[in-house]
Amino acid sequence: MGVKLVFLGKLADLAGAPDKDVRGPLDWRGLLDALPGPLGEAARGDTVRLALNGTVLADKAALGAADGDEVALLPPVSGG
Amino acid sequence: MKDVRLLHGDLSPGNAMTAFSAAHPEAGGIVSFVGKVRPDGDVEALELRHYAPLTLAGMQQLAEATLARWRLDGVLLHHRTGALKPGDPIVLVAAAARHRRDAFEAAQFAMDHLKSDAWFWKREKRADGWRWVEPRGQDHADLARWT
Repeated sequence: MGVKLVFLGKLADLAGAPDKDVRGPLDWRGLLDALPGPLGEAARGDTVRLALNGTVLADKAALGAADGDEVALLPPVSGG
Repeated sequence: MKDVRLLHGDLSPGNAMTAFSAAHPEAGGIVSFVGKVRPDGDVEALELRHYAPLTLAGMQQLAEATLARWRLDGVLLHHRTGALKPGDPIVLVAAAARHRRDAFEAAQFAMDHLKSDAWFWKREKRADGWRWVEPRGQDHADLARWT
């Protein structure tokens, strides 16, 4: 069991799948290493936020995920 | 009292309002708003995606904030997810209160927040395929008046 990455909105299209498992533990640097090309660039953008197990992180760079955790990549919402 | 739902199937505003009204016999008035998928040029379909750990919890927090800000008997927030067609109801907001002004303002407050900072991602299908909808500046301007 690894860390589950969940891609919301257009990030799912960039990833080619709604989620992806990567090996834990995972920090911010490790997350960027796990996201190739445009997906990694998008994740770096100021408007993309991260949630760890359903809690939005105030600082993406403070990410610390372990095996069994879920990390969601959240682009700006479109509104309801 | 709050009635907050994320609906994967049909949203029936009529049925929901009948039940909400019956649940609040003490209210002097109820304001409701139904948002529909706007028939807009060549939009053929709309898909709303959500993130389960955040979306419903965020709607619950919004309902709590609405109840805390106005004198209400109850608030209702129902929102669709999944595939929709132009004309389909996508959101229903209602506020029940002793007096109308609280109900009107509470419904607007809840709706402005749902439109701008609820955890939904939307894409539209047109003749040339699916495209993600970017945030609208107007929605954020609408939100600013409540701060």
